Amino acid sequence: MQLDDLYRRVIMDHYKNPRNRGTMDEEAVTINLNNPTCGDRISLQLELEEGKVKQAKFTGEGCSISMSSASMMTEAVKGKTLEQAYGLADKFSSLMKGEPVEFEEYEDIEALSGVNKFPARIKCATLAWNALRKGVESQQKD
Amino acid sequence: MNIQGIREQFPILHQEINGHPLVYLDSAATSQKPRSVIEAVKRYYELDNANVHRGVHTLGSRATDAYEGARARVAEFLNAAGPEQIVFTRGTTGALNLVASSYAPSVLQEGDEIVITPMEHHSNLIPWQQAARRSGAVLKYIPLQPDGTISLEDVERTVTDKTKIVSVTYVSNVLGTINPVKEIAAIAHRSGAVIVVDGAQSTPHMRIDVQDLDLDFYALSGHKMCGPTGIGALYGRKSLLEAMEPVEFGGEMIDHVDLYESTWKEIPWRFEGGTPIIAGAVGLAAAIDFLEEIGLDTIDAHERQLASYAYDKLSAIDGLTIYGPKQNRVGLVTFNLDDIHPHDVATVLDSEGVAVRAGHHCCQPLMRWLDVTATARASFYLYNTEEDVDRLAASLLKTKEFFGHAIG
Repeated sequence: MQLDDLYRRVIMDHYKNPRNRGTMDEEAVTINLNNPTCGDRISLQLELEEGKVKQAKFTGEGCSISMSSASMMTEAVKGKTLEQAYGLADKFSSLMKGEPVEFEEYEDIEALSGVNKFPARIKCATLAWNALRKGVESQQKD
Repeated sequence: MNIQGIREQFPILHQEINGHPLVYLDSAATSQKPRSVIEAVKRYYELDNANVHRGVHTLGSRATDAYEGARARVAEFLNAAGPEQIVFTRGTTGALNLVASSYAPSVLQEGDEIVITPMEHHSNLIPWQQAARRSGAVLKYIPLQPDGTISLEDVERTVTDKTKIVSVTYVSNVLGTINPVKEIAAIAHRSGAVIVVDGAQSTPHMRIDVQDLDLDFYALSGHKMCGPTGIGALYGRKSLLEAMEPVEFGGEMIDHVDLYESTWKEIPWRFEGGTPIIAGAVGLAAAIDFLEEIGLDTIDAHERQLASYAYDKLSAIDGLTIYGPKQNRVGLVTFNLDDIHPHDVATVLDSEGVAVRAGHHCCQPLMRWLDVTATARASFYLYNTEEDVDRLAASLLKTKEFFGHAIG
């Protein structure tokens, strides 16, 4: 068990300097999600334009893994269609299963690959991505 | 107390985790099991296993004797007046749910009150929320003092003649505080209410006398007191248990069954539908033997000393916040370290072989009261040593250093 696998510099950078932290106006799609087993929570907002994510912002409380993952996710989904965003979430699940995947959309995400060696922390990393899935699903229902 | 001799009896403690000798500091979640308990369960399955209360064969009698013997052992341990006042349950949660779903509906009318505290574990909170919703009763909270304790004046103010049930935890699983349940029971009784006590965190650590405390219901979990998981018990005052309807129906709990009507067995069996966890009861009895051989007072003294040592040791760490009062607490310390999230703290500690809990500890209202989303918690038991506390402190310093570098 190597701590450095989990806490890579890029993860700590996102934790310390989160990208897209904040809120948008009420027009944005808003998803509130919490992790009932640990109390972490995230509020994700997606501004959509012509079926694409124009902007993504988040607020929330949680550990370094959950918050850095949220920061990376919001960077990655910008400019993506809802379908592409959903595909990213699937790809992230693969990453958490230890499968070799590359995020050409946003390479920083690959730093989270070490999380799969820490099973107890996978749910931390996936919180933001689950919020993204819910956001996409809420649009597809309409 | 011969701590090394005690440690020898816990096989699980003698292993390395991530290259370091294990320091297990999560006994408030579940305790480890001594060899005598493991052996008792093994012996039961190897020699005596059969269903209870029905076999006329030898194994059936042995299993029944073992199961009912365990019930008598729990009764004696709690100083209950008789074994019929002990209902075996899955654990504290099952026991509290039984009171909330069987006893509560029989006494609650719209406008009645149920009184609890904001420090309750979810198991002693949600069943009462549900009981209140179903009956139209009002759920009221005894406020907490700034240091997390309960004042009897507040209890007096909160409990009224409309109060039918007062339910409190004996020991907080987050703050480590010990609530004055005997005094609370007296206040409840003066108002004509019954007192229910969540004993999940007290039974493992201190001598319990349900008659001296004058309690109506008391719930405990086997797995937190060196016993197996899946077994617990509800103590109930005889007259109250006798007035309660069963909530689970099926085999074993019946007296006479007709096509359209049935009658129930006597207490406590009417509450134990289905084949019970017999080996669990056997293991619980063995755990009680183990604890009593060492002595609950000895265990209590050891843990208080350890908690006090830990309090001082951890207080000396710059940036570490401890929750709950310094005095009169059992063996646990709940804390946060700088602005490092407790999950991150727990992961670094684990990499050093130190197991602690991190999260909301199934006490979300209390977390909000403390104004945190989560905390880390080190909880001690009879097998922990000052050296374990030293390892915790050293690992916390390492955590600080690690995140100091990483976060900058």
